[in-house]
Amino acid sequence: MLDDFFIRALVAGIGVALVAGPLGCFIVWRRMAYFGDTMAHSALLGVALALMFQLPLQLSVFLVAAVVSLMLVLLQRRGTLSSDAILGILAHATLAVGLVLIALMTWVRVDLMGFLFGDILAVTKPDIAVIWLGGAVVLAALAWLWRPLLAATVSPELAAAEGLRPERTRLAFMLVMALVIAMAMKIIGVLLITALLIIPAATARRFAASPEAMAVFAALIGAVAVVLGLESSLNFDTPSGPSMVVAALVLFLVSLVPGLTRRTAEHEARP
Amino acid sequence: MDASARRAEPLVTATGIGVMRAHRWLVRHIDLSLHAGEIVTLIGPNGAGKTTIAKLLLGIMAPDEGKLDRRAGLRVAYVPQRLAIDWTLPLSVSRLMTLTGPLSDAAMSEALAAVGLEGLGNRPVQVLSGGEFQRALLARALARKPDLLVLDEPVQGVDFSGEVALYKLIGEIRDRTGAGILLISHDLHIVMAQTDRVICVSGHVCCEGTPQSVAESPEYVRLFGRRTAETIALYRHHHDHTHLPDGTTVPAGGHTHSHDHGHKTEPTDAR
Repeated sequence: MLDDFFIRALVAGIGVALVAGPLGCFIVWRRMAYFGDTMAHSALLGVALALMFQLPLQLSVFLVAAVVSLMLVLLQRRGTLSSDAILGILAHATLAVGLVLIALMTWVRVDLMGFLFGDILAVTKPDIAVIWLGGAVVLAALAWLWRPLLAATVSPELAAAEGLRPERTRLAFMLVMALVIAMAMKIIGVLLITALLIIPAATARRFAASPEAMAVFAALIGAVAVVLGLESSLNFDTPSGPSMVVAALVLFLVSLVPGLTRRTAEHEARP
Repeated sequence: MDASARRAEPLVTATGIGVMRAHRWLVRHIDLSLHAGEIVTLIGPNGAGKTTIAKLLLGIMAPDEGKLDRRAGLRVAYVPQRLAIDWTLPLSVSRLMTLTGPLSDAAMSEALAAVGLEGLGNRPVQVLSGGEFQRALLARALARKPDLLVLDEPVQGVDFSGEVALYKLIGEIRDRTGAGILLISHDLHIVMAQTDRVICVSGHVCCEGTPQSVAESPEYVRLFGRRTAETIALYRHHHDHTHLPDGTTVPAGGHTHSHDHGHKTEPTDAR
């Protein structure tokens, strides 16, 4: 069954979406969209280093994203530049350095568009194994981190005062995010990973009455977006990443239809 | 150790603690202790380090000098200042209550009833009024059965009648649970009725004692100005005459926007 490239893409894409939904909820709640974007952009530097030193691609991307996220935390703690400026510098610096390095390596032939926007044809069986195993690790980690992470999202001081360890939780969360970026890069592309994290989560918000429900809905909505996006990518010969993001956007817009939202709002307001 | 000795032992004792940030002492030479069943109010102008002291006692921050002793196995609960929950996070009152630890249904409804929010467990926190939200936070803290309860400006965003009711509630919580309560406030006149001891801070402890003695102390007058001190003296006088034997002195509705003391206590007078 996995011999068909389209089935492979679907299996890989759904795997990514199921993980991206719950993680994306935290990115929305913690207002980390730009942070996620910066980590995703650094993935291209990871690709360049993997090619240069002949490392496994996903491992290299994971390590670079993890290092970048740690650098962000350290730079933010020093507090000389605003977080916004630090993110802007790192996001584009890592992307540009990655692009320059890849261009300098004239001896390797790389499908750059595939890395930037995703390529369904590129999904291999080992990729699927990485995505589903990595996905299982990510979901297990999120389940384990769930309470402290949610508490720290509402108030890090409250969490710390009542015996949780918000700093440690935050570091663990960033490693999880680096892992998801490494998994998702091939499918959706460096430039659009954050969209698959955020749009399904934002869509799910309108139907969810609890954080846990929102995470589950986001995972399911993401999976639907992947299926719709890949179908249209195949039919219209469009790049897979943007097609999935457009599908997610359509679902988001549908969720904005007044009738749908009013009913949920009323339901929530009732004690 | 028998129960009475344990009760006499302070919950927390700070000896000469100080915190330095960016080559500046935020607070220094702080000596204070807090016992079970006692309500202590920290008062001081903005930037006086009230929240810093609270964070030190809670163990969120470590002192850079001095010594902090917390009774072994101390259970703390915290109501932080200005807790804003983003709309993107679907959080019901009951989910807010289980934020840092699980809770039985019985304990939850008991705590909600204690703050007058019975049956509102399913309500999203975003639709609560300022006063209801603070009560929900109080219920959350209460349900943890804390030995030490720290409330940082608990009446923010609450109208005047709500403020009085909230402070009365805090007094009741102390009476019923025997917890030690640390209150942070910037308006002494409302907290005075419920407070055993006031500690006036401005980077260091300026003065300490009963609400009356602090209100009359020269250090307090210097920090807050003569007018405030006189208003408090007036309030005390007024208050002495209007306290009903059954303790029900909460003024209803009206005049809530006035900051003149004579007006505030008028409804009580009229009864």
